[in-house]
Amino acid sequence: MKEQAVIEQSFAHSIDWKLDGDFVLNEALRANALTYLSENAFPTTRTEAWKYTRVTKIKNNSLHIASAAPIAELAPIDAAAISLVFVNGHFDATRSASDFPAGMKVIPLSQMDEAERNVLGEIDAQKTDLFSAINTAYATDGVYIHVSARVQIAPTIAITHITTGDHVLVNLRHIIHLEKFAELNMIQHNTTDSGENAFSNIINQVYVGENARLTIDKLQNESELAFHHATEFINQQKDSVFTINTITLNGGWVRNNLNCFVNGVNCETNLNGAYVLTGNQHVDNHTVVDHMVAHCNSNELYKGVIDGKATAVFNGKVFVRKDAQKINAFQSNGNVLMSLDASVNSKPELEIYADDVKCSHGSTTGQLDEEAVFYLRARGLSEASARQLMVGAFINDVFEKIENEHVVAWIHDEISKRFNWSFE
Amino acid sequence: MISIKNLHASIDGKEILKGLNLEVKAGEVHAIMGPNGAGKSTLASVLAGREEYEITAGEVIFDGVDLLEMSTEDRAREGLFLAFQYPIEIPGVSNINFLRTAMNEIRAYKKEDPISAKEFMALVKEKSALVELDAKLASRSVNEGFSGGEKKRNEIFQMAMLEPKLAILDETDSGLDIDALRIVANGVNKLKTPNNASIVITHYQRLLDYIVPDFVHVLYNGRIVKSGPKELALELEEKGYDWIKAEFAE
Repeated sequence: MKEQAVIEQSFAHSIDWKLDGDFVLNEALRANALTYLSENAFPTTRTEAWKYTRVTKIKNNSLHIASAAPIAELAPIDAAAISLVFVNGHFDATRSASDFPAGMKVIPLSQMDEAERNVLGEIDAQKTDLFSAINTAYATDGVYIHVSARVQIAPTIAITHITTGDHVLVNLRHIIHLEKFAELNMIQHNTTDSGENAFSNIINQVYVGENARLTIDKLQNESELAFHHATEFINQQKDSVFTINTITLNGGWVRNNLNCFVNGVNCETNLNGAYVLTGNQHVDNHTVVDHMVAHCNSNELYKGVIDGKATAVFNGKVFVRKDAQKINAFQSNGNVLMSLDASVNSKPELEIYADDVKCSHGSTTGQLDEEAVFYLRARGLSEASARQLMVGAFINDVFEKIENEHVVAWIHDEISKRFNWSFE
Repeated sequence: MISIKNLHASIDGKEILKGLNLEVKAGEVHAIMGPNGAGKSTLASVLAGREEYEITAGEVIFDGVDLLEMSTEDRAREGLFLAFQYPIEIPGVSNINFLRTAMNEIRAYKKEDPISAKEFMALVKEKSALVELDAKLASRSVNEGFSGGEKKRNEIFQMAMLEPKLAILDETDSGLDIDALRIVANGVNKLKTPNNASIVITHYQRLLDYIVPDFVHVLYNGRIVKSGPKELALELEEKGYDWIKAEFAE
């Protein structure tokens, strides 16, 4: 039994949210989550994982679960992609594809039979945190994607999350399951149609089967007044390749929790991230790669450009468990501060319990090299062009990792609209 | 081409240039020699527009315009080129992409049309051959992983691409072996026309065997204290700078 004081500060007692709706996960899971929420409070900066990111504005936000509402037309990032659209946390059948390639199942959770749905959505209790519990209790929809063994899906699957209206709460749970030798490429695009103070809390539960390959391009481009919390739980089986490219261009408050559990030998795990921030944006990337077994490679490259009064946080953890020998784990975080008010907290961490591994990590934060700016200006470039060229070259290292050229084109386009930069 | 009158410049409150006068006409090559600390590199920096230096007196007229009033980039666009003593490495910024951006910004400044990709690549091929710079180096990140000689050749390659009216070579010869020196000097000589001019700043006479100056100036203690024909360089090589120091010591 928890102490009374703890319960009084708990999530359930501290919020003024309207939480009426139809929830999709099974009742037993929801009941556990609701108990968790009645006994646990929002994290504070005294919690190590939340040291540099405050959640008060979410806690004090008068959120409500909204129904779908009309939105403006949105041009697709990849016109050839199979599109799945969610508006305010609800599947939008009229904007989504209904035909899918052979060998894959795509079903919105809200359209599933209860019996089918009941087997989905379980998160290991040890991995539960407050935001995951909120999601489990209040998820209104999500998509279940299943790719059969030996099936390679050629078109990209593009999921778009759109919010419209003020103080909208969105909880979505996506479950992505690749059987052995399956291949899938996805885009997940988060955007705001209109409104202020929306909070999206999205979980991807991913299973990458033996020798399967999954790539996710996660594109975050919400309004500067939106809040976004994203969690990935990745379970990799032997010989599989998982790649996620997390690109954050806009969004007032963004927290990404990326958890990769590498459960099989000979896996490759690629985590790339780029954040280009200005104004009062706050973007926090927390990543975990947990190497449980031997002979795996993980590569992590995160780069950020921070202007205005924006703040960025990077915390990358790599675990190499006992007997997980012959692991190659590389991690790098680089930041360029473009203004005196911009700031970064970067913390790469390695925890190694095996003795025959190759691991490295590094973190750099600095300003642009003024000597280099002068050199370029001395050749006739304007100061703005010189800075843009250097910043573009810096962040382009991450964009070059992205294989979908439509995504790269979209990123270049958004950056040129928002920051007036161009890329060669 | 350029007329420098009574130029005084200081950095962090310390006066480095103390009334420097120099007149360079189109078609001429001027060598500036002098002992360490005389102000040679300061002169190059001040002319290129480095903001750390404060100009306390004097004027510089470059082809009819007041140079000191212009930003670094506008000086470059007006046709001033500084070959750096220590060329900067710029990771990720491709040599030719940045040069193309530079050329097009210079063209826009002069209200000319941008260069076509085809024309540009032809020019890269022609000018990189001039300084025997591997075409692969031309397209790599600016100076990143270049040897000392390659960096200096890259400076002259850029100069060849931009075709400046006035080139200032700041100790371009230092650190070069004799082959690299010959290549660099050869590049500079081939770029010489009756309409452009060069100021060659050097500590050693050796470079002047290859780039033959019309005038040699001795810079000492922030002023040009002696000027003469190319033979002056030989005299300096033979006698060193001590006699200059003795003659002009404060």
